[in-house]
Amino acid sequence: MELAEWCSSSRVIIVAGKGGVGKTTTAATLAVAAARAGRRVLLVELEGKSGLPSMFGFESISGELEVYPGLTILPLAADEALLEYLEDHGLKRMSKRLVQSGVLDIVATAVPGMKEILVLGRVKALQRERAADVIVVDGPAAGHAVTFLLSPKGLLDAVRVGPVLTQALEVTEMLADPERAQVMLVTLPEETPVNETAETAETLVDRIGLTLGPLVVNGLYPDRPLAGLTSPEEVRALAGGAIPDGEVEHLARAARFLTRRRHLQEEQLARLADRLDLGRVVLPFLFASDIGRAELEILSEAMAAGFSALPVGA
Amino acid sequence: MTAAPEADGPLGQLAGRRPIIVCCGSGGVGKTTTAAVLALAGARQGRDAVVVTIDPAKRLANALGLDALSNTAHEIDRSRWDPDGTAAPEGRLSALMLDTKSTFDHLVLKYSTDPAQGERILENRFYRNISGFLSGTQEYMAMEKLHELHEEGGYELIVIDTPPTRNALDFLDAPARLTRLLDNKLFRLVMAPTRASFKVANLALQAVFRSVSRIIGTEVVEDLVLFFQAFEGMEDGFRQRAHRVLELLSDEGTAFVLVTAPARDAVSEAGYFADRLENAGLAISGLVVNRIHPEFGADVPAPPPGATAEIGELYANLADFVELSKRERAHLEGLERSVPGPPGGHPRTPGVPIVRVPLLEVEVCDIASLSEVGGYLLGPASNGTASNGRVGAG
Repeated sequence: MELAEWCSSSRVIIVAGKGGVGKTTTAATLAVAAARAGRRVLLVELEGKSGLPSMFGFESISGELEVYPGLTILPLAADEALLEYLEDHGLKRMSKRLVQSGVLDIVATAVPGMKEILVLGRVKALQRERAADVIVVDGPAAGHAVTFLLSPKGLLDAVRVGPVLTQALEVTEMLADPERAQVMLVTLPEETPVNETAETAETLVDRIGLTLGPLVVNGLYPDRPLAGLTSPEEVRALAGGAIPDGEVEHLARAARFLTRRRHLQEEQLARLADRLDLGRVVLPFLFASDIGRAELEILSEAMAAGFSALPVGA
Repeated sequence: MTAAPEADGPLGQLAGRRPIIVCCGSGGVGKTTTAAVLALAGARQGRDAVVVTIDPAKRLANALGLDALSNTAHEIDRSRWDPDGTAAPEGRLSALMLDTKSTFDHLVLKYSTDPAQGERILENRFYRNISGFLSGTQEYMAMEKLHELHEEGGYELIVIDTPPTRNALDFLDAPARLTRLLDNKLFRLVMAPTRASFKVANLALQAVFRSVSRIIGTEVVEDLVLFFQAFEGMEDGFRQRAHRVLELLSDEGTAFVLVTAPARDAVSEAGYFADRLENAGLAISGLVVNRIHPEFGADVPAPPPGATAEIGELYANLADFVELSKRERAHLEGLERSVPGPPGGHPRTPGVPIVRVPLLEVEVCDIASLSEVGGYLLGPASNGTASNGRVGAG
C-alpha cells in the first residue's frame, strides 16, 4: 500500500487519538509525507492552539496559510462555522442577537454535536469542492473524537427536520464512504492508550460504519541488539578492559533501560495486534529534539516506508 | 518496596496533612497515578483516605479493586495496599471511579422539590444532552463529588483526579456556566409562558424563538421549554451548591498538585494551568514532573578505537539517552522558571516545590509499582523548596 495512493481523490483523513499520544504530530507527519509525495494537502486544525503552526515554525496563524511546499493549514473554529451557517440560512441579522443573548449556546447544548456537525459540514464542502488532493483533519482527542464523529448520528435522532438535518445526513454519508473519508487512529505502545484505541476503533466502526486506515503507533524505541549487555559485568567482558569503568556503568544502565522499555512496548504492540485487526505504521521515538520541520521530515519518511510495507488494502 | 520512610518530602507532607488534594494537568502525564500514590501515602500515614479517579488504566483500576464506574467509594482491603503490614494501623484507603451522569442525576433528585419533578428532568432529552455532553460537565461533577465526599464522607484525605481533557481546569468555570444557563433571562421569558412577564416578552423574542425552531425543528425547542419549566424552583439550590464548591476549592486546606512531563507541549500546558489557577486565586502546592528519562552521565563518550559493532550499538544507545536528557533538562528548567508564580513571589505561592519522578523500567499498574513511584513522588523536592503544607488539618 502506498501513502500517495491513500492520500488521493480529495479523501478526508481524520487523525484521532487520546491526549499525549502525538495525535497532532501524526497529523502533521501524514500531511508532510503526502506533500512530499507531490500531493496538495489541506491540514485542518480544529481546536486552535493545537501546536500545529509551531511545528512548522509559525507562532500562530489566523487563517489559511501554506506552511510547507504543497501543505496548507486551515484553522476551523466551531463557533465561526455556526455563525457562518446561520448567515448562509438567512439569519445574518438574527445571528448577532442569538450569540449575545446566549441562546445560541443553549441551542448548541440542546442539540448534541450541532457545532461539530457544522465543522464536519465545512470539511465535507471542502471535499466536494476538491479543495485539495487530500484533507487531513487534526481531530479532537479520543474520547472526544467519538462524540465528534458520532454527532451526525446523534443529531439524526434529535432533529427530524430542517437544514441541520440535511447537513447531518450528508456528513453521515461522507463518513461511511471509505473513498471519501477514513480515520487514522494514533496510539502509544502503552497500556491505557492501547485500551482506549481498541475501544475507540470498535465504536467508530460499529456505530458509524467508518473505515479505519492504518493505525499509527508513536514513539517506539529503537530495536538495538543489547539484550545480553545490560549489566556492567557483561559489558566489561565484551570490551575486555578497553572501556573506562564509569563509562561501563552508564553503557550498561542505558542498555538495560532501553531493553526493558522496549520489551514493555513490544508487549503492548502484541496486545494491540490481538485486539485490532488493522495495518500498523510505527513511528520512531525521537531522542534529540522537539518536533520541528526537520523532525517531521524524518517521521514522514518513516511513515511512507511503513505504508509501503503494508499489503494493498490493509 | 514500602512507601513509609521516604514520605516526608513536600508531597508526602501534603498527603499527611491536607484534607483535600486536587491533581491537575494535561492528558497522558500520569495524573491518575499521582492521585493514587498520594492517597496511598495518606493511608500509610494513618489517615482515612479516598481517591476519586476519572478514567484509570484498567490494570491500575483492578489493583485498586475498582471494577466499574460507581457513585460511592468503597474501601480497599488492607491486604491489597499494605501487603507487608508496615503502614500505620489506623490508616484506611478507599477508591471511587467517577460516574458523571449518575452524579448529576443524584444532584437533580436531591434538589428537586418532589420526585415527579426530578423524574421529569431526568427524562428530558435536553437534560440528557447536558449531563452527557456539555463541555465541563465531567469536570463539574468531579468537583461536585469532592464536595459531597467532603461533607458527608467523613474522610480525612480526599485526593481527586481531574478529567484528562485539554480543558482540565474547566471545573473552575463549569458551575458558573451551568447557573448562567439556568439564569438566561431571555430564555426564561420565552420558556415560561404562564408567567405574567410573558406578556411583556416582545415580538423580537418570538422571532428568535421561531428562527431557532426553523433551524433545528420545533421538537428540540419543545424539549428546551419543558426542561426550563421542569427546572423551575431548583436554580437556587444549584447556585448555592456551585458557590460552596468554589469555596471549598479556594479553602486553605485544599492543595492543588500540578502534574506534567518533560516535553514541550506538556510544559507549555503546565504554564497555562499554573496561570489559570493563579488567576482564580488558587495556590499550587506542588509540581510533579513525571516520566523523566533516567540520566546516564552528562557527556556522550566516544567508543574506543576499533570497537566492535556491538560496542558501537552500546555507545549509540547511550548517546541517544544523553541527548534526550539534555532536552528534558532544558524543559525542566523552563518549567522551574515559569511555574513558581510571578517574579517577586505571589504571597500564596512562596516557591512551589517540584518533585521529579523518573520513567520506571516497569509499567505502573499495581501497588508495588505505585510504591516505587511513591519513593520519588513523596521524597524531597528537586528545587530544594520545602512544602507549603501550612495547614495542619490531618
